[in-house]
Amino acid sequence: MSPRKRALLIAGLAAVAVAIPFLFGPYRVGQFTLVLVYAVAVLGLNLLVGYSGQISLGHGAFFALGAYTAALLIEKASVPYLLTVPAAGALCFAAGFLFGVPALRLHGLYLALVTLGLAIALPQLIKRFDGLTEGTQGLTVEQPTAPGWLPIADDQFLYLLCLAVTALMFLFAWNMMRGQLGRAVKAVRDGEIAASTLGVNLAATKTLVFAVSAGYAGVGGALYVFAIGFVAPEAFTLTISFAFLAAIVVGGLATISGALFGALFIEFVPVYASDVNVALTGVIYGGVLIAFMWVLPEGAAGLPRRLRGLAARRREREEAETATERPLTQREGVA
Amino acid sequence: MRGNVRLMWLAVLAAVALALAACGRDEEEGGGDPGIDDESIKLGGSYPFSGPASAYRSIAIGARAHFKYVNAKGGVDGRKIEFITLDDAYEPPRAVQNARRLIQQEEVFALFNTLGTPNNVAIWDFVNQQEVPHVYVATGASTWGSDVEGHPWTTGWQPDYVTESQVYADYLEKEKPGAKVAVLYQNDAFGEDLLNGFKEAIKGTGIKIVAEESYEVTDPTVSSQMSKLASSDADTFLNISTPKFSAQAIAAVAKMGWDVLHILNNVGASKKLVLEPVGLENAQGIVSTSYFMDPEDPQWADDPAMVEYKDALGKHEPKADPADPFHVYGWAVANTMVRALEGMEEPTREALMDSVRNMDTEIPILLPGIKVQMKGEEDTYPIEAMQIMRFEGENWQLQGDVIQAPH
Repeated sequence: MSPRKRALLIAGLAAVAVAIPFLFGPYRVGQFTLVLVYAVAVLGLNLLVGYSGQISLGHGAFFALGAYTAALLIEKASVPYLLTVPAAGALCFAAGFLFGVPALRLHGLYLALVTLGLAIALPQLIKRFDGLTEGTQGLTVEQPTAPGWLPIADDQFLYLLCLAVTALMFLFAWNMMRGQLGRAVKAVRDGEIAASTLGVNLAATKTLVFAVSAGYAGVGGALYVFAIGFVAPEAFTLTISFAFLAAIVVGGLATISGALFGALFIEFVPVYASDVNVALTGVIYGGVLIAFMWVLPEGAAGLPRRLRGLAARRREREEAETATERPLTQREGVA
Repeated sequence: MRGNVRLMWLAVLAAVALALAACGRDEEEGGGDPGIDDESIKLGGSYPFSGPASAYRSIAIGARAHFKYVNAKGGVDGRKIEFITLDDAYEPPRAVQNARRLIQQEEVFALFNTLGTPNNVAIWDFVNQQEVPHVYVATGASTWGSDVEGHPWTTGWQPDYVTESQVYADYLEKEKPGAKVAVLYQNDAFGEDLLNGFKEAIKGTGIKIVAEESYEVTDPTVSSQMSKLASSDADTFLNISTPKFSAQAIAAVAKMGWDVLHILNNVGASKKLVLEPVGLENAQGIVSTSYFMDPEDPQWADDPAMVEYKDALGKHEPKADPADPFHVYGWAVANTMVRALEGMEEPTREALMDSVRNMDTEIPILLPGIKVQMKGEEDTYPIEAMQIMRFEGENWQLQGDVIQAPH
């Protein structure tokens, strides 16, 4: 895609994104706000899984950590809500770093299992520290409200706030993956030995990308608190870790834009599935997921490429057909 | 070139943002509260249709049957009731989303009977801020009647857990004055409410708690808690649990041959869902409380309220099993809601709250002598009486009289 086309596409997308809160009712806007929230966390996980090829089944835990950090800072320490976003991001970055140092000596499935353990343990831990977290009952958190000078409703403000943070996080990820770290990360994914002979420090690169990824999940968690206004351990079960994983695959591994589509998927598909039949929500959601992988194995971000591939094949076929037709007419002409 | 593109981008963004912000969003088309007109009333509820507490879905079905029954008879003052239910899997964050959807998207007139203590705690600030009635919540927490000023739009319905624990303390004082009690409780607001209510009620009596163990609603079993409790020197077991765990605890008592007076909280006292699966022989002598008619108790078989319920359920929800007491619960609470709607002086949310908060009525399928009474800020708990029952043979047998335990 030419830079000009790309700029136009991004401008169009941005215009749609800014227009959304003015086109829908408050509940829908709330859903789109959640899409932005999930998109940040999904993008973080995609940096880890898609770009560096390591599997984490426990990003829900970092999402939870970020959410509780923001919730506790707002409710117990009266910190202005905007400051809680970098705080949650930084804490999760640090946690990801500390967790990453020993865990990243593990490969593939082993890392997946360790992170799975983290995701299983965290909701229980939150319940155990109920003096601080209010345990199962959860914490109600006051949501950000639109400042008086802005003539928009609170839900619209909340959406735009999340949009700004999300856009910033996307821009940052895009820059990072184009730069030195991005190249090192992809080199590690494609061949560790080759990467290390080229002078990439394997342990440092993997730990760093894990920490960045956890930081993204933390920022997503903080935004989640703004969007929902309530945290409870039940929100952060294994389901959410797996939903993030499903989202990166559905959206497209190792793509920046795929995170957005994946987030749309995990927010809207379960809701519609439950509208179709409450008792069969899981079956429908699972079925859609399977069908999706069958039709679009590269995820949504791979769709343009797939369409181009289809078009090219059709052109080839047409050319082949006209090539075989011509001699026929000639022969008819002869007869 | 690059500069041009960037400028264009900014210009598009700014133009769109300005244009849209200027027109804002059209609010309020005016004229009355949403969700009610001359033909219909929209009510919304959030229930666990899936997940660990999905047994409670029967409440929604019982309530729906009652609304269909009323609609078939012409509705409330000619208005048909439309009851929208959403699944929250008993997860508070999903209940928050459901409440938003019901109020902002479906534009219901009132939230009715949303289920679960943590779920209602999660939504009540939002609902009250929206000034939407949030009535007859399906939870026995004492919270709902304790903050009329802060949450004027929220009310409970069933006897709350404090009332229930008082009834148990009363019973023990009469039957077993020196009881040594072991307690199993669910580690959430529900479990703590009942436990603390009981502790309060036994103050100054000879009754003592000698052991307590908690479990999480996400735990797979309570077997380790049960063996710890059984190894104490308790002679009475207070079982504060939701159906799945009630059944596990009863099975554990039987398996260990623990010889105690077993008090099972009302929430877990379903014959259909709890006692039958673990075997009725293991349920003999268990003590619990009730406030509505047991559909399996032969003494109510010919009671007009019971006949009406069974007929209507068979007609409107043919797949439902009339013996499930949660259907009766749903039927009774929906019946109360219909009374409240009938009592509205005008079709507004405020008029509904006035009607709900000034009520003195008897609902036919509740036990004789149990009333639904509320009076402004003086009496904020609708039902405050229960009767002890004991499981004997095939059925629960009511014991003694209705015990009044007002706050």
